[in-house]
Amino acid sequence: MTILELQDVSKVFYSKTQQTTAVSHLSFDVQEGEFVAIIGPSGCGKTTILSLICRLIEPTGGRIVTANDNAVGYMLQRDQLFEWRTIEKNVYLGLEIMHKYNSETKAYADELLKKYGLWEFRRHYPQEISGGMRQRAALIRTLATNPDLLLLDEPFSALDFQTRLEVCDDVYSIIKSEHKTALLVTHDISEAISLADRIVVLTNRPSTVLTIHETGLADIETPLLRRQDPSFSKQFELLHKYLHGENT
Amino acid sequence: MKNTFTREHLLFLRAQKTRKILVHVTQIGVLIVALALWELAAQLEWIDSFITSSPSRIWNTLIELIGNGTLWHHAAVSTLETLAGFVIGTVLGYLIAVILWWNNFLKDVFEPYVVVLNSLPKIALGPIIIIWAGTGKASIITMAVLISVVITTITILNGFLETDKEKALLLRSMRANRFQIFTKLVAPANVPTLMATLKINVGMAWIGSIMGEYLVSKEGLGYLLVYGSQVFRLDLVMTCTIVLCVLAGVMYAIVSILEKIVVKKF
Repeated sequence: MTILELQDVSKVFYSKTQQTTAVSHLSFDVQEGEFVAIIGPSGCGKTTILSLICRLIEPTGGRIVTANDNAVGYMLQRDQLFEWRTIEKNVYLGLEIMHKYNSETKAYADELLKKYGLWEFRRHYPQEISGGMRQRAALIRTLATNPDLLLLDEPFSALDFQTRLEVCDDVYSIIKSEHKTALLVTHDISEAISLADRIVVLTNRPSTVLTIHETGLADIETPLLRRQDPSFSKQFELLHKYLHGENT
Repeated sequence: MKNTFTREHLLFLRAQKTRKILVHVTQIGVLIVALALWELAAQLEWIDSFITSSPSRIWNTLIELIGNGTLWHHAAVSTLETLAGFVIGTVLGYLIAVILWWNNFLKDVFEPYVVVLNSLPKIALGPIIIIWAGTGKASIITMAVLISVVITTITILNGFLETDKEKALLLRSMRANRFQIFTKLVAPANVPTLMATLKINVGMAWIGSIMGEYLVSKEGLGYLLVYGSQVFRLDLVMTCTIVLCVLAGVMYAIVSILEKIVVKKF
C-alpha cells in the first residue's frame, strides 16, 4: 500500500528582495513498512519537504497524497521534550492535542513505555534521564498517536557520535518492531545507508529527485551491522559522488 | 538516599555553611552598627536629631503610633491599595500580553504605543487621574495599576515571543490550534517569566500607591509621610519609611517563596 505519494510537488518562497524555488517538480513515494531516507546537499530544502508532508505549509504546485488524514508523526532534530512535564505526560502530549486521550490510547502509550524500558522512569522529568532515553521518549511520544508514517528530521544530529550509533540502533529496532513506515531526512550519507531501504537523492536547490538508490540491505538486522556490510563503502562512495556532482 | 559523603566533601559543605552564616551575621551587624552610630551621633549632638531623627525617637514614635492604632490603619490602607494595584496590574498586563501574542497584527499595531507608554513617567498622568478617577482610593489604585501594567505586558510578551519555536513546530505538526499552543506550551514555559514579573511588580505597585497617596489622600503611609514632612515631624517620616521597608520586604519575601515552590516544577 502506498502510504505517501508526492506528485510533481513545487514550493516557492517569497521575500522582500527575491523569490526562491525551494522544491521543484518533486515526485517520489513511500510504501507501507518501508524505511526511506532523503539525502541532499545542505540547504537543499529537506526540512521544507517534511513541512510540506506534514501540511505545515502548502505546496505551490503539485499534490501530496497520504493514505489517511492524520497519518503523520513528526520527530524533530532535538527531542523537544517539555521540561515541565514528566516523561509519561510528554508521551501523552500528542494524544491530548488530538483529543484522543482515553483509556484505550493511554493503555497503548503505557504499553510502549513498558516495552521500551521507560516505564520506571515515567514519573521522571526529561532533565533527569540520559540523552539516549530522552530520544527514545520522543520516539514513543510520536508513536503514541499511532501514525502511519514517521517523519524523522535528522533526529540524531544533536547527539555525540557514540550515542548517535546506539540511539540509531535503538530507534531503528523500535520502528521495525512496531511495523512502522518511516521517512528520514539527513545529510549524513552513512546514516542513510545504515537505516534505509531506499534513498532519495536530491539535487541542489531548487531540489528535485536526482536518483533513487536501493541499499539492498533490508535483510540485515541492525544499522550497526549494516555498516559492516562489504557493500557499505561502495554505496557510500556512489552516493557521495551523486551529492558532489562528479558523475553528472 | 544514603549519605556517603567523603571527609573532603563534608569539609567543603561545612565551609559553605560557615560562609552563609557569616554573610547573615555581617548583614545584621551592619544594621546594628549603623543604628548604633546614628543613635550615638544624635545623643552626643553631632547631628541635629530634629532633622535626622534617631533610632530611639523612631522607636518611641512607632510605639506611640501602634498604641493609638494610627499605624495599623494607615499601613492597612496602603497595603490594600498596593495589593489591589499589584493584582489588577499583573492580571491586566498578562491579559494584554496574551492578546498581543495571539494576534500578530495587533502586536505590530500597538508596539509603538506600548513603548511610548513605558517611557512615559506615569506621575505625569497624576492630574488626569485625579480628574477622571476622583480624589479617593480609585485614583491611588489606578496609579499603582498604571505603573505595573505596562512593564508586565512588555516582560510577559517578550517571554511569550521567545518561547522555543521548535516546540511550537512540534505542536503544530500534531495539529494543535493556537489555544492549545498557548495552554500546553507558551503559558507553562513562561511561568518563570511570570514569577520574575511578580517580583518586579511588588516594587512597582508600592511606588504607585505611595505616589498616588502623595497626590491625593486622607490616609495611608504616603499620606502620613507627606503630613510628617509638612509639620516637620521627621520622627514620623522616618518611622513611616521604615514601616514601608518592612512591608515591601515582607511582600517580596512572600512572592519569592511562591516562586521557589512554583518554579521548582518548571
